[in-house]
Amino acid sequence: MKETGPMEETAPERDTAQAGTGSAAGRAAEPLLELSGLEKHFPITSGLVFKRQAGRVHAVDGIDLTVHAGETLGLVGESGCGKSTTGRLVARLLEPTGGSIRYGGRDITHASRRELRPIRAEIQMIFQDPYSSLNPRHTVGGIIRGPMEINGIDPPGGRDRRVRELLEIVGLNPEHYNRFPHEFSGGQRQRIGVARALALDPRLIVADEPVSALDVSIQAQVVNLLQRLQRELGIAFLFIAHDLAVVRHFSQRVAVMYLGKIVEIADRDSLYERPRHPYTHALLSAVPEVGLESAPGTGPRERIRLAGDVPSPIAPPSGCRFRTRCWKAQEKCAAEEPPLVRLEGNREGHLTACHFPEAPTVHGRDVVLDPALA
Amino acid sequence: MTIPAPAVADHSGTPAPKDPETPETVGRSPGQLMWLRFRRDRTGMASAAIVLFFLMVAALAPVISTIYGKDPYTLYGQDVPGLLNEYGYPVLPNGGISSEFWFGIEPNLGRDVFMQLVYGIRTSLLIAAAATVLVTAIGIVMGIVAGYAGGRTDYAIGRLIDITLSFPATLFIIAFMPVVENIFVSPDEETPVWLRAVTLIIMLTAFQWAGIARILRGQVLSLREREFVEAARVTGASPARIVFKELLPNLWTPILIQATLLLPALVTAEAALSFLGVGMIEPIPDWGRMFLRGTQVYQNDITYLMFPGIALVIFVIAFNLLGDSVRDAFDPKIKR
Repeated sequence: MKETGPMEETAPERDTAQAGTGSAAGRAAEPLLELSGLEKHFPITSGLVFKRQAGRVHAVDGIDLTVHAGETLGLVGESGCGKSTTGRLVARLLEPTGGSIRYGGRDITHASRRELRPIRAEIQMIFQDPYSSLNPRHTVGGIIRGPMEINGIDPPGGRDRRVRELLEIVGLNPEHYNRFPHEFSGGQRQRIGVARALALDPRLIVADEPVSALDVSIQAQVVNLLQRLQRELGIAFLFIAHDLAVVRHFSQRVAVMYLGKIVEIADRDSLYERPRHPYTHALLSAVPEVGLESAPGTGPRERIRLAGDVPSPIAPPSGCRFRTRCWKAQEKCAAEEPPLVRLEGNREGHLTACHFPEAPTVHGRDVVLDPALA
Repeated sequence: MTIPAPAVADHSGTPAPKDPETPETVGRSPGQLMWLRFRRDRTGMASAAIVLFFLMVAALAPVISTIYGKDPYTLYGQDVPGLLNEYGYPVLPNGGISSEFWFGIEPNLGRDVFMQLVYGIRTSLLIAAAATVLVTAIGIVMGIVAGYAGGRTDYAIGRLIDITLSFPATLFIIAFMPVVENIFVSPDEETPVWLRAVTLIIMLTAFQWAGIARILRGQVLSLREREFVEAARVTGASPARIVFKELLPNLWTPILIQATLLLPALVTAEAALSFLGVGMIEPIPDWGRMFLRGTQVYQNDITYLMFPGIALVIFVIAFNLLGDSVRDAFDPKIKR
């Protein structure tokens, strides 16, 4: 994969964004995206004619996140912990039930479709399933041109030229302009999805598990493509995934979600090498190791096997949500919800929500809670 | 899998000029693929030919009448002596088939059966086609609105569909037709043909739209959750654009299949209503009424019953097979 090349001239206005990538100066500036106390509760109704609310699914339950310009924030967690809901809230496909979303200093929490118009072009989304995310009745050209038509964008040289350009950027043959999605493989379809997201020159892309539906060999190609785009176009990513290896490869900062809450957030190395939250430890220890990766002198990596499933988000546990599966849980955990704070000995920006954090290492200890494996 | 080479580095900012030698690759649309599959289906092509033949006969009825030299209204049997006997039945065997009257002549009135049949297709097809167009239009609107809007709208339309489907349609039309005539026609006047035709079309439409609406509602419900609809919403597409540009192109398949299966059903329904005496009225030629007359005289003149019967069977079977073939061509995954 070519790491440098044709990207610069397609978006010359991105210089400012690029300057902010990862640098301390960029961090100090106002974040591109700011979520504070964001909530999404889905009502559960019962009754045939007279609907009444029987309960609520706490899909996302008060999360605080920031994404800076040009930065990639990875969002990881088990299935059903609210990652995708968060992504859809940011893209405003869902209406938040609480909290606020600020984009570029503007509150877009409850903005209507019309109010969102100027921002729509800047926040785009890449979807998980490359088979259902492309309309089977439109040509590739039509799919990529759609966003430009909707937003009335007329790039110099015409929309068709821009479509061909975008196809080249994502590594597809521009001659395939008139083909239909069913003529492409999964990886190629996902590239078409990326080209559609790029059509509006976005500043933030919400990538909702963009590679988890692809073959492992294709995953790497698509992740590399996204990484190239991020570097060369300075696009910020909210990268949602459950594959920790992919997230580690791609993200500068990583947030760990559990049952609608963020339990730990840190820059990549800090999170992968010095995790503090027991759940992060458990997640990291679940990553299969190929070969002998452990560094000399550190001993084998810890193994933690959790028991049971994620509790129901309809009635989440009191206090710390992880306490029902945590080997360190005490009375305090049920009574008091741990705040997401910087713990002693952690780097700046490394926040953990735990009363009894683990030692900042990933080596040399086994905790097996699963009765089937004990 | 081969991944195409990544973007060609071109630092001047202009994409490389297209090589005029290489022809543009044009993909086959789902519609073109469907047509290719359909052409390979022999049953489909044969039934399409028969359906086309019936449509041509209906369209060219006046031309056929001119060439044949007869019309469906003249009472040949009464005008020309020697064609009907004293009881009103054709003198010649097989219902009076001769070189002059190809399909024989009608008992008593003495009209030409061939012409009745040819013009009868027109009546059936016109009423059935008009009702099909209306049914499809209403079905599309109701189905998409119910599926896309959801909530209370969906609930209201859903119950309306339930009521319509559970209503005894034929019974209602039989009972309601005299009521319409009482309202619009004074007792000393004759019922105008257009009133009957319009009432029939409205009645058939009123009881048939629910089926197609329910099918489309289900389709929209499943399409609405597909990610390409969300992708359109993320780029700021209006609900109108989502319905017309994203959903509707994916709905033409079920719509076309339903319409091709609906038309023969409506042709039979119209014939049945005419047979029951609430369909088209004299002197407009009509297959259902030919049946009715045929059942009255079948002991002496079975031939008269045969022609509309066989014609209707061929037409309906051909149209149904065509509908099946269209469905198979659109969805090759369905195995019979």
